[in-house]
Amino acid sequence: MNVQKDYFYTKSHEWVQFLSESTARVGLSDYAQSEMSDIVFVNLPQEGDLVSVGDSFADVESVKAVSDVYSPLAGEVSAVNEELLDSPQKINEDPYGAWLAEIKDISGKEELMDAAEYEKFLAESAE
Amino acid sequence: MSKLIFERSVEGRGCSLLPESPFERTELPARLCRGKAPRLPQITENDLCRHYTSLAQRSFGVNCGFYPLGSCTMKYNPKVNEVAASLEGFTEVHPYQPAYAVQGCLEVLDTAERYLCKITGMDAVTFQPAAGAHGEYTGLLLIKAYHHHRGEDHRNKIIVPDSAHGTNPASATMAGYAVVSIPSAPDGCVDLDALRAAAGPDTAGIMLTNPNTVGLFDRNILEITKIVHDAGGLCYYDGANLNAVMGIARPGDMGFDVVHLNLHKTFSTPHGGGGPGSGAVGCKELLTPFLPAGQVEKTGEGYRFAAPGECSIGRVKSFYGNFLVVVRALCYLLMLGCEGIPAAAQGAVLNANYMMKKLSSTYDIPYPGPCMHEFVMSLQSLKDDCSVSAMDIAKGLLDRGIHPPTMYFPLIVHEALMVEPTETESRETLNEAIDAFLALYEEAKENPQKLHEAPITTPVGRPDEVKAARSPVLRHRFGEE
Amino acid sequence: MGGFLPAGASERAEMLREIGCGSIDELFSPIPQEVRLKGLDIPQGMSELQAQRALRAMAKKNKVFDTIFRGAGAYRHYIPAVVGSVTGKEEFLTAYTPYQAEISQGVLQSIFEYQTMICELTGMEVSNASVYDGATAAAEAAAMCRERGRGRVLVSSAAHPEVIETMRTYCFGCGMELTLIPERGGRTDLRALGGLLGADVACVYLQQPSFFGSIEDAEEAANLAHAAGAKLILGCNPIALGLLRTPAECGADIAVGEGQPLGIPLSFGGPYLGFMACTGKLMRRLPGRIVGETTDGKGERAFVLTLQAREQHIRREKASSNICSNQALCAMRAAVYLSAMGPGGLRQVAETCLSGAHYLAKRLSALPGFQVKNEGEFFHEFVTSCPVPPQVLTKRLEEAGILGGLPLGGAHEGEVLWCVTEMNTPQEIDRLVDVLKELERGNAK
Repeated sequence: MNVQKDYFYTKSHEWVQFLSESTARVGLSDYAQSEMSDIVFVNLPQEGDLVSVGDSFADVESVKAVSDVYSPLAGEVSAVNEELLDSPQKINEDPYGAWLAEIKDISGKEELMDAAEYEKFLAESAE
Repeated sequence: MSKLIFERSVEGRGCSLLPESPFERTELPARLCRGKAPRLPQITENDLCRHYTSLAQRSFGVNCGFYPLGSCTMKYNPKVNEVAASLEGFTEVHPYQPAYAVQGCLEVLDTAERYLCKITGMDAVTFQPAAGAHGEYTGLLLIKAYHHHRGEDHRNKIIVPDSAHGTNPASATMAGYAVVSIPSAPDGCVDLDALRAAAGPDTAGIMLTNPNTVGLFDRNILEITKIVHDAGGLCYYDGANLNAVMGIARPGDMGFDVVHLNLHKTFSTPHGGGGPGSGAVGCKELLTPFLPAGQVEKTGEGYRFAAPGECSIGRVKSFYGNFLVVVRALCYLLMLGCEGIPAAAQGAVLNANYMMKKLSSTYDIPYPGPCMHEFVMSLQSLKDDCSVSAMDIAKGLLDRGIHPPTMYFPLIVHEALMVEPTETESRETLNEAIDAFLALYEEAKENPQKLHEAPITTPVGRPDEVKAARSPVLRHRFGEE
Repeated sequence: MGGFLPAGASERAEMLREIGCGSIDELFSPIPQEVRLKGLDIPQGMSELQAQRALRAMAKKNKVFDTIFRGAGAYRHYIPAVVGSVTGKEEFLTAYTPYQAEISQGVLQSIFEYQTMICELTGMEVSNASVYDGATAAAEAAAMCRERGRGRVLVSSAAHPEVIETMRTYCFGCGMELTLIPERGGRTDLRALGGLLGADVACVYLQQPSFFGSIEDAEEAANLAHAAGAKLILGCNPIALGLLRTPAECGADIAVGEGQPLGIPLSFGGPYLGFMACTGKLMRRLPGRIVGETTDGKGERAFVLTLQAREQHIRREKASSNICSNQALCAMRAAVYLSAMGPGGLRQVAETCLSGAHYLAKRLSALPGFQVKNEGEFFHEFVTSCPVPPQVLTKRLEEAGILGGLPLGGAHEGEVLWCVTEMNTPQEIDRLVDVLKELERGNAK
């Protein structure tokens, strides 16, 4: 399973890429996309939405399942990746490039794992 | 490949159906008229019939073969039901005819209501809901109106076990409730401690299927309904599985306040490829003031529609529900009567146990019996051993002329196949199906690849569902587009 | 008696023995004795002959009118013989929802064809596989339009009263607020609509033609709704769509309607058919089953239930609708009807309805006391005043074997809603007028 080195991770398999102190992008890890198999649609939040840590702010659909995406951050949604609306398979093809939403004015975050910790977490969960 | 009806269409063809209009022609102003005619098929009656015959040949109903689709009660649909439902005295009646001119329709509704009250232990039944999910919604609105009337609008939560049909939580949300999902106990039944923890002053009610979706009758049913009642909530019975216990035990006696029935499952009316059904809702007297309009009452001279109660939830559909479905169900009820109803339940339970027992030495049965009218197998170990999934076994059954069981439900069982043979299947049919299941198991071990590729004898192979969902094509595109 | 059970007592005993079970009762041992029923208190079972006799007797107690001038949401149209022949096929009749696509291509393709026909009829881009009826279609459509901050539904008072009631019930359920738009002269009062629209309005519902038969200015309603950021739902009579501007041409976001006129008998109100179609933009909010085209492993065209992640069995409490079973066989009736009629036949039915209704209106207007109430264009229904209490009039007509127009209530007390379809002949209209003349003479005495 591929883990992107400079990203941070949650236990529910979202990744966070900090663009600055107060702005970050959120996406789904390689592990998450492989568990979901072929993703056919994403529901994204709207720009301007205020989210809190743990909010279900998006979901991804496969043919026979739907999974919530939980926000690891508190802040305001400043952009969404509209490309995914037409090409949801980007999440399968390039999970660390296919960000879902960008969050600004970050005022809080859950305890995040760095890449090494996340790899360890994945290994432990697999046992 | 079967052509689309639009691909059989030829400009200028058609059927000869109507005379020229005998009236002086009225014209509408052009601004009100559509710009171009709808591109409907232009086809002769002969070609039309052949088209649908070819579609029928690519379809599968109970009459084509064994259909043990769990939770759907695919029993035989008696032909006499169809005869009754096609009587002109039922089909040619306008819903707004005066009461004296629809006494027969009202008698159908009243008689069916009386039978179903006796079978469920309820005090009244409304036939307005058109399907099971519609019945759930109606029943939940009754519960909501009841609490509202008592000034208890703070009761905003509905408890639903995690083994429930998806319609239960969806109906609760539509009725404006928050859903509290409680985990099932290891035996597949309601976890009483989890229920006690969930029930409280904000509980509006519980929705329960009993026998539940793993095919077990919950022995603690009286304790369950008591816990909810003690918390001030009401108890909703999802009648999807009533076939197992009709004439043997009644939801009303188990402590339920409101129940929906699927006339198209339990009471033998055909499913029509997805409907129409009828989701009749029965309730105890405490909820009758809230019933939708359209209850029939008996008067000295006959029947009439009662005025809706002041606290009625209103209407959930136009007119009086799927009336002709009620006619069919009544026909079945009349034929079975007080002996046939429990006998059917016994037959259903016997057939399910017979199949389960004969499969249990090969397949994993996570909740061993005796089961009620259906049972669930888990194919997880088979999948782990030889990567053959529940889906693969299901598709293998297609090549053996058997409709597969319900797949991947309930969600609490991994790689689930849920088998409901129903009472109208003979021992020979059950034996053939058992042999097919056993042979598929062998095949899974010996030649898994073959099952990954199944089915091979059907008109098409497994469709690409990912493609269908990623780039939806939901209508025919005509050439010029 | 029989219950369609194949196994007799001895065979059952054998089966029990084979599975090591002493008795049937043993299988029911998990059911506590306290909840066991001691005898089911319904009559004994009947033979097929007796059951059929009993139901025939009930059917006979209904009056079947040869001549019907009543519509109001349920219309008697000609049903081509081929409709019942096709939908009576057992492979369609006795199938469940087509979950197993490989053996359900026929049912799936028929739904795909139905979806295409509904799109053609309405001009919209996407149709679902049906919902319960026109009223629930309208209610589900309103729920589709809900957005953050927009929880109010404006419903025309000129819509069918039972549709309004159903929408009100659904709004009570999900916490949306329903406000009625006043009616004026049989149509939605569009000026009043302008005043009611605001930033909290999710959608506007209009019926075309209105409950009173009048043709609405749906385009203007769409413009008003859109200017306020709300959506327009148009409830359409599908026969009228053979002639009228389509909901898409009018700018509607969602088109719904009662599909009963498309080959479905009156049947005392059901089963009928709710059709629902919408713009491509709203596709994923559309409730219910939807069939899509795809290919199988060999590249053959195949059909399958798709966009299922919207639905209750996957999304559970987060699903936007709980619908599962729909009215599939009724949708097939509609598709066969539309195929048999073709574009020309549908237009012919619509034109005959239109012309017949105008002929009746002219004849009634010539009688004292029967004044056509509403100005402007109407399709196949219209309202008149009545020189006697309407119930007296309809009673007299019923004695003559005619189901007359519907006596209206509420603000329209004393008025009658008439309907003409291609089933009504000029001779029937002459006879109706004769009875009314007699009534008038009797009244004068």
